[in-house]
Amino acid sequence: MSAEPIQPLTPGSVRRLPQGEDFRRNIARRRFIGRIWRYLFFSSLIIGVIALVTLLGTIVNRSFGTVAVQERVNPATLADRPLEDLSQEELLAIAQANISGNVRRRLDREEPLAERNEAELLRIIEEFVLQREVVNSWPLSETLFNYRHIEEQAAEEFPNARLEFRSWVSWDFIVRPMSRTPALAGIRTALLGSIWMIVITMLLAFPIGVGAAIYLEEYARDNLINRIIQTNINNLAGVPSIIYGMLGLAIFVRGLEYFTSGQFLGPGGAPNGRTLISAALTMALLILPLIIINAQESIRAVPNSLRQASYGLGATQWQTIWNHVLPVALPGILTGTILGMSRAVGETAPLIVIGAATYIVTDPSGPFSSFTALPIQIYNWTSRPQDQFRDIAGAGIVVLLILLLSLNAAAILLRNRFRRSI
Amino acid sequence: MANQARVGVEGSSTVLSGVGSETLNLRKRSRPGEKFIQGTLFICGIISIFTTMGIVYVLFTESWRFFGSPEVSISEFLTSTTWQPRVGEFGIWPLLNSTLITSFIAMVVATPLGLGSAIYLSEYATPRIRSILKPILEVLAGIPTVVYGYFAISFMTPLLRLIFGTSTVQIYNMASAGLVMGIMVLPLISSMTEDALSAVPRSLREGAYGLGATRLETALNIVVPSALSGIIAAFIIGISRAVGETMIVAIAAGAGPRFTFNPFEAAETMTGHIARISSGDLGFDTIDYNSIFAIGLTLFIMTLVLNILSGYVVRRFREVYE
Amino acid sequence: MSVLHDPNPLNPNAIEARGMSIYYGAFRAVKEVSFSIESQKITALIGPSGCGKSTVLRSFNRMNDLIAVARTEGEVIFHGQNLYGPDVDAVEVRRRIGMVFQKPNPFPKSIYENIAFGPRINGWKGTKAEMDDLVEQSLRGAALWDEVKDKLKESGLSLSGGQQQRLCIARALAVEPEVILMDEPCSALDPISTLKIEELMFELRRQYTIIIVTHNMQQAARASDYTAFFLMDQDRAGMLVEYGPTDQIFKDPKDERTEQYISGRFG
Ligand SMILES: Nc1ncnc2c1ncn2[C@@H]1O[C@H](COP(=O)(O)OP(=O)(O)OP(=O)(O)O)[C@@H](O)[C@H]1O
Ligand SMILES: [Mg+2]
Repeated sequence: MSAEPIQPLTPGSVRRLPQGEDFRRNIARRRFIGRIWRYLFFSSLIIGVIALVTLLGTIVNRSFGTVAVQERVNPATLADRPLEDLSQEELLAIAQANISGNVRRRLDREEPLAERNEAELLRIIEEFVLQREVVNSWPLSETLFNYRHIEEQAAEEFPNARLEFRSWVSWDFIVRPMSRTPALAGIRTALLGSIWMIVITMLLAFPIGVGAAIYLEEYARDNLINRIIQTNINNLAGVPSIIYGMLGLAIFVRGLEYFTSGQFLGPGGAPNGRTLISAALTMALLILPLIIINAQESIRAVPNSLRQASYGLGATQWQTIWNHVLPVALPGILTGTILGMSRAVGETAPLIVIGAATYIVTDPSGPFSSFTALPIQIYNWTSRPQDQFRDIAGAGIVVLLILLLSLNAAAILLRNRFRRSI
Repeated sequence: MANQARVGVEGSSTVLSGVGSETLNLRKRSRPGEKFIQGTLFICGIISIFTTMGIVYVLFTESWRFFGSPEVSISEFLTSTTWQPRVGEFGIWPLLNSTLITSFIAMVVATPLGLGSAIYLSEYATPRIRSILKPILEVLAGIPTVVYGYFAISFMTPLLRLIFGTSTVQIYNMASAGLVMGIMVLPLISSMTEDALSAVPRSLREGAYGLGATRLETALNIVVPSALSGIIAAFIIGISRAVGETMIVAIAAGAGPRFTFNPFEAAETMTGHIARISSGDLGFDTIDYNSIFAIGLTLFIMTLVLNILSGYVVRRFREVYE
Repeated sequence: MSVLHDPNPLNPNAIEARGMSIYYGAFRAVKEVSFSIESQKITALIGPSGCGKSTVLRSFNRMNDLIAVARTEGEVIFHGQNLYGPDVDAVEVRRRIGMVFQKPNPFPKSIYENIAFGPRINGWKGTKAEMDDLVEQSLRGAALWDEVKDKLKESGLSLSGGQQQRLCIARALAVEPEVILMDEPCSALDPISTLKIEELMFELRRQYTIIIVTHNMQQAARASDYTAFFLMDQDRAGMLVEYGPTDQIFKDPKDERTEQYISGRFG
């Protein structure tokens, strides 16, 4: 122990730093400020959560609700039993007796009435004979909390209508083709269009993206051209999607119309280049940077010792990559691919620019047919002022989100599976 | 010279055959398979270059045609505040202006919220809270923008009209689009910022705590400044994303270019205009067709500059800790 | 003078651990450690890797609070108060008990700002000139002033490793601690920088209590007044095997495990 008292390092500064009770107060103040900021930080996160909840709530609110249904013709005048109980022949008889002229001819052209099944006939009778229509709709929130108001309004404005609860998302909605009447519209053509597009997109983008990533990580030496490729990919990832749409419009739709319309296969192709293949090519270019960058990261994460072990056994470079690097990198590559896929499913702007059809009743038949897609339909319906289009747009979004959700779930499953097997 | 080289080659082959080439041949073998694979992979890599070249080529040639037509001049394009193709007025400002206003609103929303969430997630959250809240932001990031557009028109717009009155707020308005765009950009900024924050080594935080700093003081004085380059890059990328965003503005901000600074009025953005013009049955080689490429070129240059800028910020100002 | 009042100013002990056990989750890393650290002396903590030296050291200024799973039992007495008492503020503890880490960790700020940071957050009130003075005094205290006085505006990261470590010491001095904890402060440094830090420690001992963790036996023997030898138990919990004046520990260890460890390492 030294005898001399403790010499403060800087006698001046000691007095400058709060001591004793001062310091206690100083800490209390700092703690208080800290708490306030902590709440602020936390609330910004909570605002994000609230935004998500509100967004989903808005969609659900619109996809379910009450509708006022009105029929021009009373079904009791057509048959003595409920229409649902009638056989195909009876329904056919009703349809043939009550539908005539142009409508009949048009329906017959799509598929002869006599060859249609009960469900289809029933739908046709509801639409063309009973002329059942939804005259008004109310969202879920009103249905749950203000049903009285709905009843009053319906009684006043639509005395002949009856109120029904309706889920706009339904199996019918998924399997029915497009219609100009929201209550009868379905998203089948759009869903099929999206699926076709995504499959072709992935067939193009996955091998090219992974190939490019392998090239950049395993083969490319650090020279000018490779640096340019890398920088270029990073910059492409930041190009707005609508620009890709313009690229697709000018090159695939217009420049390569002879190919993208399918005319090179002979007559009977699409009238122009606004086809699935143009969309898929555009989307593939759009998600390539995403796939490449993700694949690069997972390839880079493969330990070098693994490569050296393989070379040490006399394997060639490609044998090493194929047998050792890729299997280890695969889970990561798949994750990135699914990310790209989700992006392509939801992307709307490029499709608008390419000129995807907004109204189309025939299912897409191959890469060279005109098409519509889920997000295009959602956009189209959202842009219309009528309430019921908002409702089916909401329903369309539910389907789109479910599709995205299942894609991601599949990705996670797939990834875990591969991870376990390695 | 050439002679000598040949002699050398012959010499070495003699040596090899002297060892006995039947038993051990170490000479370089040509592997056509390997070469072919490498070539194919190279082509995959080079496709991205073609993409860029394609974009640049398309935007420039079509814009060239646009500026070549008699009713258009570049100076008018860059200075005029009217865009009315019907009467031959092509000034970019109304479109650019509303792009800037919506993006500004978006960044006003997204920057503080993104920063706050990132700081909370990286500096405060326990692993459990993190594992609950972070996926929510990720879900937000994965929602297609057309859905955000739907949200803007069916929730945000009615809300704004309820708060500020239907006479003040038009059915289509920039504020609604901008606010929702802010929500869309939020997860991007938050996740990039969080990455930057968590790249700050733990030892720096410990250094600050060791001096008696509170959590907040450590976060704001040490961690955030150390991650500043990454945070600024996130901010710039956020702007770029907002400027290039199409669906939200196409649905909620209104159709028809208007030069107005009032966020509660309708005004079409650059992207919104491109989307609307091209969703009609657009004839090739019309002035409308060419004009959207000129707008696209402007947009492309803006986002490119922003992206390059963010890359520059990261490289130039990155702190090397080790 | 300080908030943590010492009821007995003649108490020669700066810090006293009483039955201290430290857990990481369910794993007990340190078991029942009790010892007293004398004021204005250098105490070295030695022992094989993983025996809990850093854990013990970090518990003296509650750095372990920052690890979510870490938990401390027992008492650490400082100025007559238990540092783990219910109303003790970790921030205040850390201002009184500074820390220098294994790897130099200057903030990515200027040398000047590195020093000024601590006083500023702790409510320092004074003029610019006084802060200049404080920065100079602290750098002098860490024997760094002459080397950096012309480049105070440069980044702390631009210094060499040894200079960085001394900057970290200067930074700790600026908030007027009573105790300085050092966790292998020289392990990332070259021999000359190491020697400089050791000399510095001798200087600092006149005003501060220093506790240092080291793997370097010569360093412990050369530079410390007391030595505490830790070892892992069968259940991998660290425990204090022997504690005493450095001379005695190195020349005449009471415990045969200490003897083995020291001689094994000396070779
Ligand atoms: N943050 C932590 N979480 C969980 N366990 C930890 C943590 N830090 C240390 N441990 C464990 O506590 C034990 C003691 O670690 P500590 O770092 O105190 O040892 P040490 O004596 O300092 O070792 P070294 O000489 O290698 O620095 C070790 O078994 C270690 O694995
Ligand atoms: Mg240690």
